[in-house]
Amino acid sequence: MKIAFTVSDGADMSARMDSRFGRAAKFLIYDTETKAFSVIDNAYAQAGQGAGLKAAETVVKAGAVVLVTGDCGPKAFQALKNAGVKVYSAKDVSVAGALEAFNEAKLAEIASA
Amino acid sequence: MKIAFASGKGGTGKTTLAVNVALAAKTPLRLLDCDVEAPNAHLFLKGDLVNRRIVTVPVPVIDEARCDGCGECSRFCAFNAIVSFGTVPAISQDMCHGCGGCMRVCPQKAIREIEKRIGIVETMRCGAVTLAYGVLDVGVAIAPPLIRAVKEEAEGELVLIDAPPGTSCPVIAAVRETDYVVLVTEPTPFGLNDLRLAVDVVRELGIPFGAVVNRAQEGDDLVRPYLDEENIALLAEIPHDRRIAEVYATGKPVVEALPEYEKLFTSLLHRIREEA
Repeated sequence: MKIAFTVSDGADMSARMDSRFGRAAKFLIYDTETKAFSVIDNAYAQAGQGAGLKAAETVVKAGAVVLVTGDCGPKAFQALKNAGVKVYSAKDVSVAGALEAFNEAKLAEIASA
Repeated sequence: MKIAFASGKGGTGKTTLAVNVALAAKTPLRLLDCDVEAPNAHLFLKGDLVNRRIVTVPVPVIDEARCDGCGECSRFCAFNAIVSFGTVPAISQDMCHGCGGCMRVCPQKAIREIEKRIGIVETMRCGAVTLAYGVLDVGVAIAPPLIRAVKEEAEGELVLIDAPPGTSCPVIAAVRETDYVVLVTEPTPFGLNDLRLAVDVVRELGIPFGAVVNRAQEGDDLVRPYLDEENIALLAEIPHDRRIAEVYATGKPVVEALPEYEKLFTSLLHRIREEA
């Protein structure tokens, strides 16, 4: 299973989470089976509009079925829901910390936006 | 001749100028209020509504039976209004600018357009002045198509355009294809900062322009030096007169309530005609 994390700076598991989804600098895609990860730049971070929708497209195309971010706007949330992606909230923490919290089922699932 | 009244900063007096120049001109003309997110020129003019029309933009809908999920439409859309997950794409109609590009690039011819209402254009006759103004529907985020619809009401020798504030797409839509832009500003740091931005815009568009300083005061060491330095014509100065604000607050045109100012507005129009 692949999990997408929003990252503000850094390009490894110690990177800080970006609390924004559509405007996040990068997405870190973590594979729970292989424990490998890859980092994707968010090409639409500065888009005039539709950054959230494009971000949803990016993480879905990367194969993520779970997204861990801070907050998520209504359009992006709907797009992710349609694509079957579950969204969880984590703030002020590293990717590794957020992953640990996710594995211990300590992250809150975002049910609406 | 089309003259636009624009400004970087809001609240500098675009509408006050446009309305009073229109009334002082004493000649048949069209006044177009292109500030469709907050039209207010009609508040200062008494007249009869002569026309009201609904404005729509074309937005795409997808024929799910024909769509093969190739995602060409999503890649093409410059406004990120279409997302594709490899299945039937999702369209955010409120983000669509109605360019029709997705329909053209779709290899399966699976996209057609429907009309979506964005607002109305009303026309009022107020003596020699015919005022047209757009009212954007609540919740609609994209003003330029409605602004273009208001500008379709341009007619006759003299057309005055009251532009929205700022320097973004709605302003471009309002001032584009005009013959002259009057940049209205005020002698404050904020006024000067946003004047600079507005000057950049009209220079980029290549439209002749000049400035009017509203609420002008002695000892302005901000705007006047900037205009001198940049060689920008100072077309007129409207004094910082409390009575103008009082008249404005009651919804009366300055030229009617304070006739001594009529000459200021007629001279401004003459000056614009000379400069343009």
